[in-house]
Amino acid sequence: MSNSAKAEAVLALHRFGMGPRPGSIAALGSDPRAALIAELDRPLVLAAAASLPSSAKAYRTVADANARRTARAKQAQQQAKKQQMASAPTAADDQAQPQLQTQGQAGQEKDAAEMAAKQAADAIPDPGRPMYLQEAKLRTEAALAADIGFAERLVWFWSNHFCISANRIQSMSGAYEREAVRANALGRFVDLLLAVEGHPAMLFYLDNLGSMGANSTAGINRSSGLNENFAREIMELHTLGVRSGYTQDDVISFANVMTGWTLVPPGADPQHGGEFTFNPRLHEPGGQTVLGKRYEQEDVEQGRAVLRDLAAHPATATHVATKLARHFVADEPPPALVEQMAKVFRDTEGDLKQVATLMVSSDEAWRAPPSKLKRPGEWVVGMVRATGITQVDPVLYTGGQQLLGEPLWRPPAPKGYPDDEASWIDGVGRRLDVANNFAERITGMADPQAIIEDVLASQIAPEVKQAVGRAESRQQALALLFMSADFQRR
Amino acid sequence: MGFVDHLPTRRELLVGSGALFAWSQMPRIARAEGRDPRLLVIVLRGALDGLGAVAPVGDPDWISLRGDRALVLDGKPPALPLDAFFALNPAMPNLHRLYKSGKAAIVHAVATPYRERSHFDGQDVLESGLVKPGMTSSGWLNRALLALESGGRVDPRGSRALGIGSVTPLVVRGSAPVMTWVPQKLLPASEDTQSRLLDLYQHTDPKLATVLQARMKLASLSGAPSAGDVMSDDPTLAPPGIARVRAYFADAAGTAARYLAKPDGPRVGAMGFVGWDTHIAEGAASGQLYNLLGALDGAFAAIESNMGEAWGETVVAVVTEFGRTARINGTQGTDHGTGTVAFLIGGGLAGGRVIADWPGLKPAQLFEDRDLKPTTDLRAVLKGLLRDHLRVEEKVLADAVFPGSADVKPMGGLVA
Repeated sequence: MSNSAKAEAVLALHRFGMGPRPGSIAALGSDPRAALIAELDRPLVLAAAASLPSSAKAYRTVADANARRTARAKQAQQQAKKQQMASAPTAADDQAQPQLQTQGQAGQEKDAAEMAAKQAADAIPDPGRPMYLQEAKLRTEAALAADIGFAERLVWFWSNHFCISANRIQSMSGAYEREAVRANALGRFVDLLLAVEGHPAMLFYLDNLGSMGANSTAGINRSSGLNENFAREIMELHTLGVRSGYTQDDVISFANVMTGWTLVPPGADPQHGGEFTFNPRLHEPGGQTVLGKRYEQEDVEQGRAVLRDLAAHPATATHVATKLARHFVADEPPPALVEQMAKVFRDTEGDLKQVATLMVSSDEAWRAPPSKLKRPGEWVVGMVRATGITQVDPVLYTGGQQLLGEPLWRPPAPKGYPDDEASWIDGVGRRLDVANNFAERITGMADPQAIIEDVLASQIAPEVKQAVGRAESRQQALALLFMSADFQRR
Repeated sequence: MGFVDHLPTRRELLVGSGALFAWSQMPRIARAEGRDPRLLVIVLRGALDGLGAVAPVGDPDWISLRGDRALVLDGKPPALPLDAFFALNPAMPNLHRLYKSGKAAIVHAVATPYRERSHFDGQDVLESGLVKPGMTSSGWLNRALLALESGGRVDPRGSRALGIGSVTPLVVRGSAPVMTWVPQKLLPASEDTQSRLLDLYQHTDPKLATVLQARMKLASLSGAPSAGDVMSDDPTLAPPGIARVRAYFADAAGTAARYLAKPDGPRVGAMGFVGWDTHIAEGAASGQLYNLLGALDGAFAAIESNMGEAWGETVVAVVTEFGRTARINGTQGTDHGTGTVAFLIGGGLAGGRVIADWPGLKPAQLFEDRDLKPTTDLRAVLKGLLRDHLRVEEKVLADAVFPGSADVKPMGGLVA
């Protein structure tokens, strides 16, 4: 392999993949572009996740635990009260006691009952946390094990574009990504859109579960309750993009269209609780006008029709192409590249594999200087991949992500994590703590010179080679290597 | 490798080591003698400047060699006199006190057999006990333990090696079981690492350099005494980063001592301290090296106090991969060299002396006209300790512990 081929392979791995790992440069061969495209033809399933619960099952499990917790707490409280009654002083004794003391005693009894209730509740652990950790482990290990990781990067991109937050729905966050995002990340955008907007996790996250039309059966009975949040975020964040021409009336109409998109209450049905359902009693009857088009459908098809039209809207093509190019290529992506990607999006009815293929086939995507600052998750995975490690402790990994400001599946807002240098560069100092700590943990099993020569095929700035060679210890050498611009930028 | 802050149970030990080797609670011969010796090895990674730590103030060429960077007896603060010829860096009053009471010895102009100048290879040779770098499957301390194990009484909770840090130091790795304790305090990226990274960024990525610089500035501000604190006018006041390093050294060394002191605890341990690669602004009676030596001196105090009654049977060997250039370089530091010092402390030592076959400091007396010439093989010192303190047989030392070292005779008389 020539040096320029090696350099292109390293760029391919950093910019479009999860970073170089042992053997990955050789695996890319002489044509990195073709290798990137070939990876998109492989199935994108997480085989190891077969044993993990579906999002609906996860939700039911958590709901069951919550119900049991409430019941146990109630029981314990009642029992504590009963015991206090039994051991209460007799009337004769009571007469001898000053009034004040009896009041104090009542307070103590109440505290004791509450404590008993809390203890009983705490005895039933939250099953959501282990689910989150297991999902985080499998997702991260898929990124560590991927030859290149282009497809995994696309999963991460779409998961962030259509983000939910584990702060609200911890148990479902990993399953959501698998079921809605991973399954459609290389398909057509419209199918991805229909999958995420119809997913219980998204409906929960964007407050659509109880949104009801003013003239729906439930709306009349309860005097209304339309929630615009879901409709607004779909248009602003998921499809058209902000300030792309839709109006407040469009948002309200669309919100009415989406009423009834909810889930089966988890406690109501042991088979289907937590799954998506269309509830006609919540749905605003009649036709709606969104972006100048009339939708007369009476049920779930009305929302699907609007979503299909939003997916096909030219503004969506531009919005999605811009975000993709910004994520992979540059904070200010080359306009020509964005336009080419948007055109493919429009021409292929949003075939996401074709859009990704066009991106890595375009010279513009390769010519841009490596000015992108990796987000914390990419950087950590890139660092771990370089050492050849393929397994992670999810507690340590998610803890590290938290420390670096990108806690997994917990973005601060529906907009997801930002993708520009300004948002992340101040956190580079913290990365040093993480790199130093990681270097200390692995210094017995990772040789910095071997990483440079074997994993990076010596395609790294001479200054970094020199700094690594002169480091006072392997730990320091590894920390400097992982902190170098070659590892931070892409 | 787990975060373990309690003495591991037997089961954890089994899990951690894969196979359980058991040997006598204390070395067999030592037990017969009614002794229960402890040995702790501290590796200073980065190459300690032996001349900056223990200065040959009586050498006529000393001042001309180091100029105003030379430790002197009338300096500010003055170096601490050891004998008529050597003086100790003023950062180390504890070591000085131990030396004066015969509980510390210093070996000078000492080196491993390694004569190149790569840190990694030098540390490999230092810790593996082999003549050449690259063999990193086991360390000499572990192999010494294996030798002691044979013939011992079987006691699965008996003595074993202790490694401090999330990575077990090579010197104690090998087939004899090792328990590892990870300090709860995380060692922050050292100031040295930060300034090297800053230098790297300044040459490769100005934006990252700006951010790192801001962080370093912030750290120095947040570490400064707050308004409520009594302001110190001590000119040698350690910069804020060093406070964390001091705490880490004392915590790690003090914990090692607590384990070694336990009746059923390990009898040998090893740990590494980083930060000694002083290429830039090394300082002398103040500054970078002074701060690090002060942190090490604090670690000595923590060991002495936490060993309790076991202190009398304790030996601590403090070693480094090689020394530094005899002369100051162009950036007020020193570069990779050869001969250096080793510190030996402990209640079990016959100390109170500097052991040195002094080579002199004239250009022709320096190794390759640049480094302090090594005149003592560090393996002789270590073999002497292993033979006389732990009672490892001399033949085993020459064949298995330091293979190919039959010509290097163990140094006698180190242990009381």
